[in-house]
Amino acid sequence: MNFSRKKKLGISAYILFVLLPIYWLLNMSFKSNAEILGDLTFWPKDFTFDNYAVIFSDPTWYMGYVNSMTYVSLNVIITLMVALPAAYAFSRYKFAGDKQLFFWLLTNRMAPPAVFLLPFFQLYSSVGLFDTHLAVALAHCLFNVPLAVWILEGFMSGVPREIDETAYIDGYSFHTFFVKIFLPLIRSGIGVTAFFAFMFSWVELLLARTLTSVEAKPISAIMTRTIGASGIDWGVLAAAGVLTIIPGLLVIWFVRNHVAKGFALGRV
Amino acid sequence: MNKVENNKAWLLVIPVFLLVAFSAVIPLMTVVNYSVQDIFDQNNAYFVGAEWYREVLNDPRLHDSLLRQFIFSGCVLLIEIPLGIAVALMMPTRGWTASATLILLAIPLLIPWNVIGTIWQVFGRADIGLFGWALNSMGVDYNYASNPMDAWFTVLLMDVWHWTSLVALLCYSGLRAIPEAYYQAARIDRASNWAIFRYIQLPKLKSVLVIGILLRFMDSFMIYTEPFVLTGGGPGNSTTFLSQTLTQMAIGQFDLGPAAAFSLIYFLIVLLVSWLFFTTITHLDKAK
Repeated sequence: MNFSRKKKLGISAYILFVLLPIYWLLNMSFKSNAEILGDLTFWPKDFTFDNYAVIFSDPTWYMGYVNSMTYVSLNVIITLMVALPAAYAFSRYKFAGDKQLFFWLLTNRMAPPAVFLLPFFQLYSSVGLFDTHLAVALAHCLFNVPLAVWILEGFMSGVPREIDETAYIDGYSFHTFFVKIFLPLIRSGIGVTAFFAFMFSWVELLLARTLTSVEAKPISAIMTRTIGASGIDWGVLAAAGVLTIIPGLLVIWFVRNHVAKGFALGRV
Repeated sequence: MNKVENNKAWLLVIPVFLLVAFSAVIPLMTVVNYSVQDIFDQNNAYFVGAEWYREVLNDPRLHDSLLRQFIFSGCVLLIEIPLGIAVALMMPTRGWTASATLILLAIPLLIPWNVIGTIWQVFGRADIGLFGWALNSMGVDYNYASNPMDAWFTVLLMDVWHWTSLVALLCYSGLRAIPEAYYQAARIDRASNWAIFRYIQLPKLKSVLVIGILLRFMDSFMIYTEPFVLTGGGPGNSTTFLSQTLTQMAIGQFDLGPAAAFSLIYFLIVLLVSWLFFTTITHLDKAK
């Protein structure tokens, strides 16, 4: 067997490993509870959409998705808005305390969410943000902003500074240069950063659950509702799980080319 | 790149500084404040100095979960980093298969953590899950709910399944950044596949590996949701990691003082180990 066939076999095996558990979730979401708990079947015998119907007909269920999407989008926007100028400063200028500040930012990526649970709850309650989408979006900035600055700084350092200088000589103000010339140059970087911010905010549960109760409750917290007095409603749980994968799939579809082109561009 | 000295750059950093200070410094001060006081209620708190730190440092629960945590994170890094590199090397480089592979690999990363736990909770069950059923029908006595070793193994496998893709995607993009000319030169020299990997690919991957190793260490060291959903930390305490011990203390028993002291110690450990990784890898770089 030659080298490239071995590679193909290897990657196929790995993809199979990745997909099997997801296949099982999908399989289960189309079964009735009786069938799930009955014999082990490899595909649904009585194919049913009932589990999905439960979710789409109940506002507490589908509002969970809306809530999650809202705070995740807010988080991505805030993260990019503050991280872009900061990353530019770190990649272009030396200023008092720059290295210390950069390391301090990174330390926040290392802070275990469990450490911040209680103080966060108190802080956001005292400023009246408890149970709002903004509270979760801001809290998630704690780990997303440092990572975003880190990634963007790498991409920006890959752009030669002669471009900045030429633009200034041509009479561009900093603002127009940044928006019209610089941002398009690091498109891929912005795509990758947005993807990472989306990903970490979408999957995080501990903070999101602590900072919300009713109005902004994320879908992953609502899923615990399926555990009732009569046991777990596996079918609905599986359907809800499948639905949480779809937004992620859409995002990765849009940024796939950027991810391939180079997360590493500025860093290699 | 040589940078220009310019203290006005602070203006660009102020938004980040304010935002992170609001979400990080204020809560951290609260934690520090709790860690040195005995709190009865809102208006009754007494300064106790380092007592909670002494109590927490001598707590066997902390020692156990810390040891478990280090073994777990060590295993995670030892498996996921080499496997991730291998997967990245095997990924197709062009055509529709490249995009398809990329998207399929990224799926586990985009699933909320409690759903990951739920998936494996079902997948591993012998009666209704494919994995548990397959193992049992092959004669392996596997039951994550009653056997601590099985539970531990399941959490590790779940983490490998969940996160290897991150390392693979990082490495894949790192590999894409290597100019074709390097490979052509290697072919002229008749370099072996191993030599190409060792002298061209691996050095080029180093900067993304720093990101990969740091992210994997930090996140595996903070693992909470997945084992919590799978078995709630059991059976026994076999999958009770640091975050869980902490949450039990703070929310379960409401021991605010000791929990705060524990939090700070926990934070310092993550900080110290990450800093060690970071400096070791960057120093290796300079030594060359």
